[in-house]
Amino acid sequence: MDLLNALVTFLNFVFIPAAAYGAQLALGALGATLVYGILRFSNFAHGETMAFGTAATILLTFGLQALGVTFGPLPTALLALPLGIAATALLVLGTDRAVYRFYRVKRAAPVIYVVASLGVMFIMSAITRFLVGVEDIQFTDGARFVINARDFRDWSGLEEGLALRSTQLITLVVAALAVAALFWFLNRTRTGKSMRAFSDNEDLALLSGINPDRVVAVTWIIVAALTTTAGVLYGLDKSFKAFTYFQLLLPIFAAAVVGGLGNPLGAIAGGFVIAFSEVMVTYAWKQVVAYAVPGDWVPAGLLQLMTTEYKFAVSFAILIIVLLFKPTGLFKGQSV
Amino acid sequence: MTDTHDPLHDDRGNNDASIVKPGGGGLHVADNSGTRPAPRLTDAFLVGEGMVGGYGRGPSILNGCTIAAEKGQIAVIVGPNGAGKSTAMKAVFGMLDLRQGSVRLNGEDITRLSPQARVAKGMAFVPQVRNIFASMTVEENLEMGAFLRRDDIRGTIEQIYDLFPILKAKRRQPAGELSGGQRQQVAVGRALMTQPSVLMLDEPTAGVSPIVMDELFDRIIEVARQGITILMVEQNARQALEIADRGYVLVQGGNAFTGTGKELLADPQVRKSFLGG
Amino acid sequence: MTTLPDATLAKPIARPDHLRAVLLYAGMAALIAVTGAAMGWNYALTVVNMGLISAIMALGVNLQWGFAGLFNVGVMGFVALGGLATVLVATPPQPEAWSAGGLRVIAGLALGALTVVALVVLRGRMTAGRGRALALVVVGVLGFLAARWVLDPGVLAVEAVNPSVSGNLGGLGLPVLLAWPAGGLLAAGAAWIIGKTALGLRSDYLAIATLGIAEIILAVMKNEDWLARGVKNVVGLPAPVPQEIALQTDPAFVARAASLGLSAVDASTLWVKVLYLGLFAVVLAGLLLLAQLALKSPWGRMMRAIRDNEVAAEAMGKDVTARHLQIFVLGSALCGIAGAMMVTLDGQLTPGSYQPLRYTFLIWVMVIVGGSGNNWGAVLGGFLIWWLWVIVEPVGNALFGALATVLPPDSPIASHLQDASAHMRLLTMGLVLLLMLRFSPRGLIPER
Repeated sequence: MDLLNALVTFLNFVFIPAAAYGAQLALGALGATLVYGILRFSNFAHGETMAFGTAATILLTFGLQALGVTFGPLPTALLALPLGIAATALLVLGTDRAVYRFYRVKRAAPVIYVVASLGVMFIMSAITRFLVGVEDIQFTDGARFVINARDFRDWSGLEEGLALRSTQLITLVVAALAVAALFWFLNRTRTGKSMRAFSDNEDLALLSGINPDRVVAVTWIIVAALTTTAGVLYGLDKSFKAFTYFQLLLPIFAAAVVGGLGNPLGAIAGGFVIAFSEVMVTYAWKQVVAYAVPGDWVPAGLLQLMTTEYKFAVSFAILIIVLLFKPTGLFKGQSV
Repeated sequence: MTDTHDPLHDDRGNNDASIVKPGGGGLHVADNSGTRPAPRLTDAFLVGEGMVGGYGRGPSILNGCTIAAEKGQIAVIVGPNGAGKSTAMKAVFGMLDLRQGSVRLNGEDITRLSPQARVAKGMAFVPQVRNIFASMTVEENLEMGAFLRRDDIRGTIEQIYDLFPILKAKRRQPAGELSGGQRQQVAVGRALMTQPSVLMLDEPTAGVSPIVMDELFDRIIEVARQGITILMVEQNARQALEIADRGYVLVQGGNAFTGTGKELLADPQVRKSFLGG
Repeated sequence: MTTLPDATLAKPIARPDHLRAVLLYAGMAALIAVTGAAMGWNYALTVVNMGLISAIMALGVNLQWGFAGLFNVGVMGFVALGGLATVLVATPPQPEAWSAGGLRVIAGLALGALTVVALVVLRGRMTAGRGRALALVVVGVLGFLAARWVLDPGVLAVEAVNPSVSGNLGGLGLPVLLAWPAGGLLAAGAAWIIGKTALGLRSDYLAIATLGIAEIILAVMKNEDWLARGVKNVVGLPAPVPQEIALQTDPAFVARAASLGLSAVDASTLWVKVLYLGLFAVVLAGLLLLAQLALKSPWGRMMRAIRDNEVAAEAMGKDVTARHLQIFVLGSALCGIAGAMMVTLDGQLTPGSYQPLRYTFLIWVMVIVGGSGNNWGAVLGGFLIWWLWVIVEPVGNALFGALATVLPPDSPIASHLQDASAHMRLLTMGLVLLLMLRFSPRGLIPER
């Protein structure tokens, strides 16, 4: 029995990866929930927006690297990120101008926007594939580890190592900064408050003189920033593949719904709920349990509830459970 | 099955709350580009004159109705259900497509202005329902009311708090958590934040208790004394006419009776038909 | 909206919208003819056969979206289930695998199903609260663990039997044509469970639920090797028509081909495709007839009444959720039938090849372009969009190829362009959908 080693194993294989993944999902879900709250539809092109932002950032990163520019111990992609966000913002603003605005002027039923977003999804996925193809792309550079497993073992004298990859730490720090900036913006600035007002009661916002075009434009820019950041962090942490990003749509929607659609705080909580459940259900607990219980109690199996291929089933199951017992999501009340 | 079936606005799939957010987008902005003007008969501060109109190409709801109010006066629109009371007020605010008629504010023709532009001209409107930002605090509601203003709004907020002291105590609470009467105060306060010259209220006392109603009417009189013109639609006709400088009884989209509040209250026909004896 | 009794309607011989539909179908036939002339009839027949299957899928989605306004983005899952049914019905059983662990697998699955039933019953019987939540969690977890405890050794045993060629339980060894209705039934069963859960809540959350269930169905089909070999694929499925090889060795057939001036190889590939075409056309015609009858029946009118105003329909005492469940199951069953037909045509089940853009969202493009709420429109959309999807790639290749000849052959741009032509179809589909939605949102053949 060795609780310390059990704890380290847990941190290493469950807590840290799930926290990083949760932060990525949370940023993605924030974007989806903002579009839902303000433009009033579920954007099926959300995953593709994320893929495009990441693809643009990857190209810029490669460009910077070709010029010999790097970011020291940090990944070069972080330097390219602002430009990637700008490119994504231009794309979504252009999409809004070319596609969605027409329906807004016509005051079309919201579901028409959803159908339109299916078309946008096709086009964005084509653009992304034109840019970087369909293959797996690694674009992480800089220092690989903040804490190295071997160093940790030497320092602590434990059997198990604890590794903290720099991309995981960067994910958590960047996500925390982005969320703080978003909440400051929504709660403290005039424009941010006008967005909340518009989401809460569109008609009254119009009667108060809030300019809907401006609210929509600002929303798209924020969504571009959030999704690109989420996508780049996910790609740094794992790798970039266009199809994987499309598949992220499900956990992102699940996170947004679980947290309460249209509610930013809920989106963050939802992201972590989904990520932790996914990792915990698909992790083989044998090693942790082997440390935590006396030797002859250790079961023979892997103690894995489901194989990792079923991670979508986890998002889905949580979604259904939450909907069955709390249809409005975990957080209601305040909404954007 | 009609041929005018409109795919951009039908109801297909719109109940799926996970893909579309319900509510919102109900505001009708009038298209008054082709409205024929009505003959100019009155010169009051706020006039909606000879208004004929309905929604889009639908049937006319207003049939030549005229509403007017002088500066600092309270004008009240009453009448039976379906008489077009709220519609008349919406027409004055640019939310009904007018085929004929004109709307003037302080002598200026504003018939073709959008509701938002009318807000900028000094008109404020309190809808009957969904008239607050429920998820935002009381103070944020007031701030949003003053969204068009670029000057310092703190003085105005203090004035609102003087008018409705309870709001000051609840300034940090989400408006949606307040009682019905308090929400109406927030709604009126939000509208007053633009420092309007005209305040229009659509059934402000609907669903509140009689005590709250009296209190609300007192406040409305106070607002009028500051020189703000009040135009109000009321279901509680008797109480409303008691505080009205000018009363309009509408029937089927037209003026049936017009006079001061006292005159209408004393008119036996009005009493018999609309005030229950 | 008032509906006149049919008797009072004049019966026009050629109403303008009928003429329009006839012309559009004629245009579609012309497109196929041009394709056949330019790229060979074998190619054209391949396109038509998949077009027929796509039309059935579009018909299914149109039932759900066009008639009832249900937003199903899990089409891929139902199509894949249909494919699975083909394997389960038509492949020969594997007695060795069954004796190794078949019963254990079945028992494990039964235990899992029993757990779900127990959960549903508990949820219905107990009053809401902490007690119920606790009971549900305990029963759920225990049931799951018990099922896994029974299932896992069985799965291992089955998958260990001859893994390079089977490693699964096999099917029933029945005629492959039976797989088509079976595919419909399997998809319908899955749709019933999903609908019961998602539609039962409120009519909400169907979209995300279907998106998720499609991914899960695919995950199961990819990973449960004992079922249909997972990503190891099942190949060599029995065909309902003679094999090309058999025809080529049949002297009578070879002679007849020669009399038409065709080589035995060409004639056999064409003839097999024509036979498939006949089968598929019969199925499509039957389903289209049923869908048209349904649309015109009181049931169809009620469906559209519900779609146009759910609140009013509910107020008139219509059981909206039950009706939605019916149509959701029916539409999904069509997708399942089409999925089974597709796998039969291919002769193989390859779970790795199912992608939502191709099997869910492309079907949506078909329905929107064809005309939501019009069966003829959906069928036309199925053909047209499938044709476009197929034709864009060679056209793009030719186009980019011509561009690339101008560039030096080893330039990176030239090779990039070659890769890029593969993505042209995504771009085209997006543009077609958006342009249609913008300029003709009622579709090519609008709902009447």
